[in-house]
Amino acid sequence: MLLLTCPYCGVSADETELSPGGEAHLKRFGPGSSDEDFEGYLFMRHNQKGVHFERWRHTYGCGKWFLAARCTASLEVFGTYSAQTPEPPKEIIEKIQAKRPDWSLT
Amino acid sequence: MRHYSVFAIVKEAMGYHQGWERAWRNPTPKAHYDAIIIGAGGHGLATAYYLGKNFGITNVAVIEKGWLGGGNTGRNTTIIRSNYLQDPSAAIYEKSRSLYETLSQDLNYNIMFSPRGVIMLAQTEHEKRGYLRTAHANSLQGVETRFITPREVKELCPIIHLEGPRYPVLGGLWQARGGTARHDAVAWGYARACSAMGMDIIQQCEVTAIHRENGTVSAIETTKGRIGCNKLGIVVAGHSSHVADMAGFRLPIESVALQALVSEPIKPCMDVVVMANTVHGYMSQSDKGEMVIGGGADGYNNYTQRGSFQHIEETVRALVETFPMISRLKMLRQWGGIVDMTGDRSPIISKTPVENCFINCGWGTGGFKAIPGSGWAMAELMAKGHSPLADEFGLNRFREGRFIDESVAAGVAH
Repeated sequence: MLLLTCPYCGVSADETELSPGGEAHLKRFGPGSSDEDFEGYLFMRHNQKGVHFERWRHTYGCGKWFLAARCTASLEVFGTYSAQTPEPPKEIIEKIQAKRPDWSLT
Repeated sequence: MRHYSVFAIVKEAMGYHQGWERAWRNPTPKAHYDAIIIGAGGHGLATAYYLGKNFGITNVAVIEKGWLGGGNTGRNTTIIRSNYLQDPSAAIYEKSRSLYETLSQDLNYNIMFSPRGVIMLAQTEHEKRGYLRTAHANSLQGVETRFITPREVKELCPIIHLEGPRYPVLGGLWQARGGTARHDAVAWGYARACSAMGMDIIQQCEVTAIHRENGTVSAIETTKGRIGCNKLGIVVAGHSSHVADMAGFRLPIESVALQALVSEPIKPCMDVVVMANTVHGYMSQSDKGEMVIGGGADGYNNYTQRGSFQHIEETVRALVETFPMISRLKMLRQWGGIVDMTGDRSPIISKTPVENCFINCGWGTGGFKAIPGSGWAMAELMAKGHSPLADEFGLNRFREGRFIDESVAAGVAH
């Protein structure tokens, strides 16, 4: 069972308390963008086998959205952080690299 | 290939069954093939089979990371039906169902197709209206289905409890020609027939890179060396994004875990397949007597072939209300598979941004029923460049907004 710590209320919540919200850090493309960018924003996903940045909502808790770094191949959780973050914070990247030296943010 | 028949069994019985040969060869890869299929699951093997049977392309290799049929082909709940709402879906799933009817004879391998009938229960007013609509759509598409009353549901499946407090049965969508088949046998039958045509099925061989020259696929790198090809078909279900990444393109797919479980074997008590989409529970009885139960998919990306326990609990809790007699059954095994979900819950059978590289994926929670039709369409696409069955399922439908929206029509998992 997946346990994630909500960065807002500090509760270590199990997945029954949370709702998954898909890939994080999507760059938003709207009117005026190319078809390819708009399609990419709406539908295309990295769907990594390995380190994955994703959105979660603490639905049955404080109700806030937050972000998590997790490995989809082992279910290891590297950390959670605020949703008001345009890209993964440095300390999360360092935590991942400490455990996965070959990994880099693409 | 040695033909399987009653005479062969009699002859072998005389010789203590020492004369049976292996069902398929275990070759080392050649340097080059006309076509390579990545993924020796049902869909990949069916693609190779129809490439050979329908188009005479037999210089083919099927490359498999694990063992043949060890992914979702061996992990599903074996339900076969074609009662979809949208025309392109009805066409390909009905083609598939009709191929299943004669597949044992076609492959000379008993796939144990059992057209026992499938009921999809309507347990809310919305669902009832949805299934009435599907039944009407199906009659226009030439797919035989019928909306049946609760009384008819009870006659077909006496162990069902119609007046549950939370999930009363308001009727059902009945497809008498639907049913089940032995999932492993489908993979084995196709593998044997492919091998007999001279195709190479290479197991325990993982693809590590896809080489391109001027935007055209030229070879693949594997754990057994480099293998050249003119055409490449990627048919790897849950790992589609991972393999597409090697070819340098992205897919509108997310991989999640879907679970199933089987009970201890009991006496025959249910001779139809019952699907309850509102509560994400599906049940049928195997020939061994086990109740085979399929559950709902998890919501988060996952490649581990393990699902979340609460989804099993949800499924079982709801099924116990619908089938009170199973409440004291012990569950023998529970497992997960990684399914490739698209946004519109319809598959992708398509050309890709890489020339001569084709992809067949996105079957999500309902791929087993589609194996013959999917292979038929994918083979036609690879051989001819287009296919009436596959054209609507192209990758470009997302950019063009031509979704084949089955997420509402078909409920969720199947």
